[in-house]
Amino acid sequence: MKTNTSADSSSFDPKQNYEKTKKEIGYVTRKKAKKADYQRIGFKSGLEVHQQLNTKEKLFCRCPAGIYHKDDEYDAEIIRHMRPTLSELGEYDGTALMEFKTKKEIIYRINNETACTYEIDDTPPFKINKEALEKALEISLLCKLNIVGEVHITRKQYLDGSIPTGFQRTAILGVEGEIPLKNKKVRLIQLSIEEDSCREISDIRHTRIYKTDRLGMPLIETVTYPDMFTPDELKEAAEYIRFLNRSTGKVRTGSGAGREDVNVSCKGGTRVEVKGVSYNKLIPELSHNEAFRQWALLNVRKKLTDKIKDPSKWKIQHQEIDYRDYDLKYEPITNGLIDKYRIIAVNLPGFKSILSHFTQPGKIFADEISDRLKVIACLEEPNMVHSEELEPKVIPENFDKLKSLFNADREDAQIIFWAPDEDISTALETIEERCLMAFEGVPNETRKSFTDGTTIFERVLPGADRMYPDTDSAPIPLATDYIENLRKKLPTEVVDRYNQMKKWDIPEDTYNYILRNNLYPLIEKIIKDLKIDPKFIGTFIGHKLKFVEGHYKSTNTFEYSKIYDLFKFLIDKKLEIQLSKKMLPIVYQYPKMDFESILTSIHFKPLPKEEILSKIPFLKEKFKEIKQSKNDNAAVHWIMGELQKTAVGNIAPEKLAKAIEQN
Amino acid sequence: MSEDIFQGYKGKALEVLKKYNVRVWGQTNIKTTRGSFQGTVLPRSENDDDQHIVLKIATGYNIGIDIKTITDMKETGYQKANYKIPEKEFPYAKDKRNVKLFGTGGTIASRLDYRTGAVIPAFSPGELYGAVPELADICNLTTEKLFAVFSENMGPEQYKSLAIAIGKEIEKGIDGIIIGHGTDTLGHTAAALTFMVQNSPVPIVLVGSQRSSDRPSSDAALNLIHAAYTAAHSDIAEVMVCMFGPTSDDYGFLHRGTRVRKMHSSYRSTFRTVGDVPLATVKWGEVKPIKKNYNPRRKDKKATILPFFEEKVTIVYYYPNMQPDIIDMLVDNGYKGIVIAGTGLGHVNKPLYDAIERATKKGVHIYMTVQTLWGYVHMFVYDTGRDLMDKGVIPAENMLPEVAYIKLGWALGQTDDPQKVKEIMLTPVNDEITRKEPYNGYLIYQGGVPEVEEFIRKFRK
Repeated sequence: MKTNTSADSSSFDPKQNYEKTKKEIGYVTRKKAKKADYQRIGFKSGLEVHQQLNTKEKLFCRCPAGIYHKDDEYDAEIIRHMRPTLSELGEYDGTALMEFKTKKEIIYRINNETACTYEIDDTPPFKINKEALEKALEISLLCKLNIVGEVHITRKQYLDGSIPTGFQRTAILGVEGEIPLKNKKVRLIQLSIEEDSCREISDIRHTRIYKTDRLGMPLIETVTYPDMFTPDELKEAAEYIRFLNRSTGKVRTGSGAGREDVNVSCKGGTRVEVKGVSYNKLIPELSHNEAFRQWALLNVRKKLTDKIKDPSKWKIQHQEIDYRDYDLKYEPITNGLIDKYRIIAVNLPGFKSILSHFTQPGKIFADEISDRLKVIACLEEPNMVHSEELEPKVIPENFDKLKSLFNADREDAQIIFWAPDEDISTALETIEERCLMAFEGVPNETRKSFTDGTTIFERVLPGADRMYPDTDSAPIPLATDYIENLRKKLPTEVVDRYNQMKKWDIPEDTYNYILRNNLYPLIEKIIKDLKIDPKFIGTFIGHKLKFVEGHYKSTNTFEYSKIYDLFKFLIDKKLEIQLSKKMLPIVYQYPKMDFESILTSIHFKPLPKEEILSKIPFLKEKFKEIKQSKNDNAAVHWIMGELQKTAVGNIAPEKLAKAIEQN
Repeated sequence: MSEDIFQGYKGKALEVLKKYNVRVWGQTNIKTTRGSFQGTVLPRSENDDDQHIVLKIATGYNIGIDIKTITDMKETGYQKANYKIPEKEFPYAKDKRNVKLFGTGGTIASRLDYRTGAVIPAFSPGELYGAVPELADICNLTTEKLFAVFSENMGPEQYKSLAIAIGKEIEKGIDGIIIGHGTDTLGHTAAALTFMVQNSPVPIVLVGSQRSSDRPSSDAALNLIHAAYTAAHSDIAEVMVCMFGPTSDDYGFLHRGTRVRKMHSSYRSTFRTVGDVPLATVKWGEVKPIKKNYNPRRKDKKATILPFFEEKVTIVYYYPNMQPDIIDMLVDNGYKGIVIAGTGLGHVNKPLYDAIERATKKGVHIYMTVQTLWGYVHMFVYDTGRDLMDKGVIPAENMLPEVAYIKLGWALGQTDDPQKVKEIMLTPVNDEITRKEPYNGYLIYQGGVPEVEEFIRKFRK
C-alpha cells in the first residue's frame, strides 16, 4: 500500500493538473477574451459606486471631513468587540456568525482633531448634514432617480468593526434611475447617502486596528442592476458614474475618494462582491478573473459530485502530528513551534486533483481554504501546506506518510496546518465548511482585490436581513418645491457634454481627461466668454494641460480656474493665444506668479506685427544663399523657424505663414 | 380591528391608505408624480407626521412616500411580520450558583425585528440565553418581571416592591440578585435599595446599558455578563451598580449604591463613584476589590427589609436670585422634607432665609447638600452657613443630593420626629456619608495637558 501511494505522488503532478483544469474550463486571458467567451460563461455584473461628497463636516457629527492622519497620529485607543444580534428568524446572519467566530479585538485609534464622542459611538447622531444631503440629491436627480418623499435613516450591520457602532447609518434618496452607455442604457437600483467607514491599519491574528479619521464622512452609493455583460461595459458604466458624480463639482477626488464594489457572477454561479476597487482601470481584469473563478468552481463541483455520491456524509479526518516524525523544515512551521503552535494533519477524502484545480491565474482551490483560514480562524498566511502544492514547501514524502496514517484512499488529499490551541477547532470547521461548499459550487462571499487582478476571500456575503431603522433619527421630508428648485440648478448631463464636445470637433482622446477632472464647465465658459476656438481650447486642456500635470510639479495648489484667467489675460492684452502653451508650465508650477512676470520669464517681448514681417524679405534672400531645397514649403518652414521666438504671442502662426508666402 | 390594519397611521395618510384599500404589511405598487415605488407598507411611528407612508423596499431600506404626490396605489400581496423570539431552555447545572434577575422595564437584552426595526425585549431565561449564551456558563438564571416602566418612571412604589421581592428571594436562599434597570435613575434606585434592604447576605447588582442591545457594539451583553458574575461569585454582599469602567469593552466597575452617579448623558462609562474610589472592578472570572472594607457574603438567609417612603419630599437646586416663594410654595403644598443642593460649601442667598425659617418652624425637614457633588457641606466657614443652621437647616455632610433625597424620603417614611429623622439621616447605612474623602476620590482630569494626554494615549482604553 505504501509503495503504491508513493508511486502515486510521483506520478501526479499538481502543475500539470493546474494547467489541465485551466484548459478544461476554457480559461482565456483578458486580452484574448472575446465577447463570445463572456457569453459562453454567462458573464453578468453590476456596480456599487461609492463617492465621497466634498463637505466641510462629517455626515452625522460636526467633525471636519477630509483630514487624514498617519497610523501613529492618535490621541487615544478604544477597544470594542462586535456581537452578532439575532435576526428576525431567530438566527444569526451568516456574516455575523463568521465575524463572531473570529473573536476579534477591535482597536480604534482616535485623533481629537477628526473624532468626537460620535465616532466611538458614545453619543447619538446629530442631525444629518444638510450640505451633504443636498449634494447627494443633485446627483440623484442627474441619475434620473425617483426621489423619495421622506428620507429614512437606516442601520446596515457591519460586524467587521469597520464602524464602531456595528452598523452604518445610510438612507435611500432615490430608486429606479438610469445612465446611458454608448450602446445601451444601464438601469440603476438606487442611490443612498451614507457615512464612510474606518480605515484599517492592520489585521493580525485576533487584533484588528482601525483609525477613525475617514469614519463618518459623507458618501453616496450608486447601485446598478446587473446589466453589464462584458468587463468593458462594466468599466464604461463605472466611468460614466464617476464622470456624472464629478460633473457636479461637489464630490471629492483623489485616492480613495471614489471606490467601487463590483458584483460578478457567471452562469450557474453566485453574486460575488469584489470590494473597494479604487481604480476603474482594474475593473475589467478583476471581473474577468472573478467570472472565470466561478466557472472553475463549477467545474470543481462537477468533479466532486461525480466522485462523491453523497456529500452529506462527507467529513474530514484530522490528527495532531509530532514534527519529529515528519520532515517539516519550513520556516512558518518552525516559527509556529516557537509559539507553541500545534501541528494538525487533515485528510480530505476524494479531494485529489481538486486542491490543485485552477481558480485564478496562479491560484488553486487550496488557496480558497488558506484564505478562509486567515480570515475566519485568524491564522496568518502561510498557514498550511498540502499534498498538491505547485511549488512544494515541504517534501512530498510527508504526505505519503500521512496517507498511511489516515489509511487514506489514493483519491484523497491532505493538508497540514499549524495553529495555537484556541484556534484549532475553528480552523478545522473552516476547512470542512469550505470543502463542503465546493459540492454546492460558488460560495456567497465578498472578496478583496489586488492590483494584479486576482482576489481573495474577505467575508461571507451578508443578507438583506441586516437592515433596520435608526431609532436615533427622525425621518426627513423632502418637499416637492425643494426638489424642483434643485433640479433647476443641475449641471448639463455627461452624455450631452460628450455630444457637445464632438460637435465642437474636440478630439475624442481628450474626453476622458476632461470629464474625469470635470473641466467641461471651464471649457464652456472660456468658449462663451472669451470666444476662443473650441477645438483649440479642448486640445489645449486635453493634451497640453494633461501633459504638464504629468511632467511638472506645482508648488502651490494649482486650480483649474487659473486657465480661464490665463486666456482672459492674453485676450485683454491682445496677445496671441498660442502664447498660452509656452506659459502653461510656468503657470502650473507657480500659480501665484503674475502673468506679466511669466511673460518675462519665457523671454517674451511684445513686437508690432510689422516689425516681424519686415524681416521676411531679408530672410528670403538668406534662404536662397543657404538653400538646400528648391521647395517653396521648405523656405516657409525655415523662415517660420527663424521668426518663431519673436513671433509667438505677437502673430498667429497661420497668419505668419500666409505673410511669408505672400511676401 | 381597523387600527391593526393601519398601525400608526393617522389623519391624511390614513385616508390615503383607506382610499386605495392598502394595509400595513401590504406589498404595494405606488405611482407618484416622482415616479413609481414598490415595497411593503410598514407601520408608522405615532410621533411622525400624517403626510407620508413608510415603505420597505426590496433592498431592505425604508423610504417615505409623500402622500401629496401619490396618483395611484395597489396592494399586490400581504405578508405580516412575525414578532416571536425563539426560546432555548436555559441550562441548569447543579454545581452552579443560582441567580435571580428582576426586570423593571428597561430592556437588558433584546433582539430586532428587521422588518419593523422594533426592539423586542428578551427577558425570559430562554430568551436571554438566546441573546447572551455566556450567562449559562456563569450561573443558573431565573427571571421575574416586576414591572414594566421606563427608568424615569421608577418611584417609591417600585422601590418598595423591589425591596420586598429581594427579601423573599434572600429568604429562599438565592446566591445573588440582578436588577435590570434603565440607566437614567439607576443611581436613585441603588440608593433606595441600599436603605431598604440592609445587611444582605448576597450581592444585589443593578445593571443597565447605555447602548441598546440591538446594536452589535452594545454594552448590554458585557454588563450583563459582569453583573451575573458578580451576583454569582462576588464576595461583596452589597447593593451595587455594575456598569462599564472605561468606554472600551474591557472591565466593569462595581459602585456602592450610595455614592454612584450617572455623569454623562451618553457615554458607556457614564457611572462614576463620586467622592470615593469604586468598590471593585469586575471581569468575567474575577471581582477585584478596590476598597478593602465591604460587607462580605454570608451563608445565612437573613436581611433587614425596610420598605418605607414618604413621597412629599423634594430637591431644590439653588440658583442666584432664587425667590423665597419657591420654598413657601413647597410648604403650602404639604412638603415634609426638602433637600437643598446649595452652592459652594452649602449656601443659599439671604432672601430665602425667612422662607426657610417659616418652613422649619412648620416642621419641614431641611437638609443641605452641595451642587458641586464632590466635597462636604461646611456651614461653619461663613456667616451664611451659620445663619442657615440657625434657621434649622441641617448639613448632610458629603451625601450626594439625590441620595439625600432618597434617604430623607425613606427616613420620613418611618418617623416625623425631627431628632429621629436627623439621627437616621446622619448615620450612614453604607457610605452615603463617609468620614473622610480620599485624595483620589476626586479625579476629573482635564485634557490638553501633556501628562494627561500621555496617560490617555497609553492607558485609557
